[in-house]
Amino acid sequence: MTGRMSLPLATHAYGDHPPTMPPADPARGDAAAVDPATRLAMYRMLQRTRQFEKRAYDLFMRRLVKGTTHLSLGMEAVATGFGTAMRADDYTFATYRGHAHTLARGVPMTPILAELLGRANGLLGGKGGSMHLTSVAHGVMGSYAIIGAHLTIANGAAWSAQYRGSGQVAVCFFGDGTTNIGAFHEALNYASIFRLPVVFVCENNLYMEYTAIGDVTAVPRPAADRAAAYRLEPQVIDGNDADACYLAALDALERARSGGGPSLVEAVTYRHGGHSRADPGKYRPPGEIEAWLGYDPVTLYRDRLLRLGVEDAVLGGVEREVAAEVEQATREAIDGPLPSPDSALTQLWADGGSQWRN
Amino acid sequence: MTTLTLAKALNEGLRRSMEADSKVLVMGEDVGKLGGVFRVTDGLQKDFGEDRVIDTPLAESGIIGTAIGLALRGYRPVCEIQFDGFVFPAADQIITQLAKMPLRSLGHVKLPVVIRIPCGGGIGAVEHHSESPEAYFTHTAGLRVVACSNPADAYSMIQDAVRIDDPIIFFEPKRRYWDKAEVDLSAPGLPLDRARVVRQGDDVTLLAYGPMVKTCLEAAAAEEGRSIEVIDVRSLNPLDSGVLAESVRRTGRCVVVHEAPVFNGYGAELAARLTEMCFYHLEAPILRVGGFSTPYPPSRLEDHYLPDLDRVLDAVDRVFAY
Repeated sequence: MTGRMSLPLATHAYGDHPPTMPPADPARGDAAAVDPATRLAMYRMLQRTRQFEKRAYDLFMRRLVKGTTHLSLGMEAVATGFGTAMRADDYTFATYRGHAHTLARGVPMTPILAELLGRANGLLGGKGGSMHLTSVAHGVMGSYAIIGAHLTIANGAAWSAQYRGSGQVAVCFFGDGTTNIGAFHEALNYASIFRLPVVFVCENNLYMEYTAIGDVTAVPRPAADRAAAYRLEPQVIDGNDADACYLAALDALERARSGGGPSLVEAVTYRHGGHSRADPGKYRPPGEIEAWLGYDPVTLYRDRLLRLGVEDAVLGGVEREVAAEVEQATREAIDGPLPSPDSALTQLWADGGSQWRN
Repeated sequence: MTTLTLAKALNEGLRRSMEADSKVLVMGEDVGKLGGVFRVTDGLQKDFGEDRVIDTPLAESGIIGTAIGLALRGYRPVCEIQFDGFVFPAADQIITQLAKMPLRSLGHVKLPVVIRIPCGGGIGAVEHHSESPEAYFTHTAGLRVVACSNPADAYSMIQDAVRIDDPIIFFEPKRRYWDKAEVDLSAPGLPLDRARVVRQGDDVTLLAYGPMVKTCLEAAAAEEGRSIEVIDVRSLNPLDSGVLAESVRRTGRCVVVHEAPVFNGYGAELAARLTEMCFYHLEAPILRVGGFSTPYPPSRLEDHYLPDLDRVLDAVDRVFAY
């Protein structure tokens, strides 16, 4: 043990946290009021994000992905549920772990994968990379690699919707680690006092990069236990249950659209892999990862659909179609041209260039 | 022509900008009901409403982040940072997002955000309230950085800044806020990215911006025997280096003056660049006059810290001693 004392409000001493286990009853969400077509669409999105992330990992290991990657493997239900509930003109703000959130807004696979590979046919011509996926046309207003930065930016976009009276909502995803940075608190206060149409979604995957969130946070629920300070309801949902995420999203979006102001949702989930690249995640206690692999959002949902009477062949068909989509995107991304060196010097200024004007 | 203080000229410029474009918003700490601690936004909330002139929480990172989000969706926020030293909590948003998003999004987003910063010392304030942080921002690619020095420029430059689609750091010399001058409210100003020769001379070029322009003009007027040219740089990035180089080639001598510490200050860039551009015309090295490399001093010592007429003229003497 180190010399650090037990945190005043936490349940354990530093470094001594017990494994956090998933819910015991995978069938508990079967009765959720989600219609069959939406459920099938969400299964497809779960498969798309899962298979995409696996492919991203494979391509990274083959050294085809330039830079770094942060994968959402194990966390796909959050982006799927919220993405499905959102209106096409709503805004998404994601983190550097944002592939799934970008896919979930309808951005096609090829430009996302090509962007990871730094190709000229990437979403941003290879200039953004894995951590900065942006597609204004899809309402994906950026992925942000500085913790907390985008919470305040999401407020601005939400504010723009409020000015226009457009009914649009900004949905801002972030991790549990974000709840300890100042921008989180600044953003929640702004959103609350101006009643902004914004939904803050904390994907609590239990780890702030490589450190257990409970070891560095004064409260057990990193987002929900802060909600009251900003006159918000504490909400904790099962982040591995796509239905739960979808229904929570519908509620929060409706509240925001109808002038009810912001929401803060803590979705408890688990990162199957490490923080980034090839991190094996060995800092996790024994038993924890195995338990969560047994509570996988994709198999959880597949089993639910089977129990609800969807034929296995239908689900198998979705899986094969998605596999073909990933194969095609992989080919198109790998075949994409490399960016021209000149592109490093464009778009510094609003006129498109980087030259000193005289 | 109308006689205006520099603060009032900015106020008039902001008013014109807000009248011209309903997407222009003003936001910051105490900018609404109070009208800003220097009264630059005085009366704007009354005339344009609480929706367009927004009293924000005391949270600079949040102010700039929110402005970025508004700009992403077509608004043109003008943010006030109450004092120069208060910009540092916002530096994260400015440097990591505002300056970089247009480039990394392949130009799919533009961020027309203006960040107004009262800068410099000379009002008996202390550190955090008297600083000159321009070099942090000129070092960051993707930001335009400008500084006004007089009421007429303040009036036109703020309107230009609001119109332009690039993010802009807009420095205002706080000790000159109360300086008065004639301003032609209908005349077009010099474009924002241009330097201005504010006094013509033959023997030596003084380069300054913001509060030091007036100091240099006073020095030039006090000098006996030598003919001093004074240039107001106005746009620190991009730099109107052609105007500067033409002058330095002609005079063969140059002194750069700013309030910020000399070491690694913006003057180092000016000196290096002009040395490259004017090497065969130089009669002496380009000298720099600025603050000391210390934190900004307590108010009883600031007269000692700030470059004044004597320090400027001493440097002029030294460039003639080579």
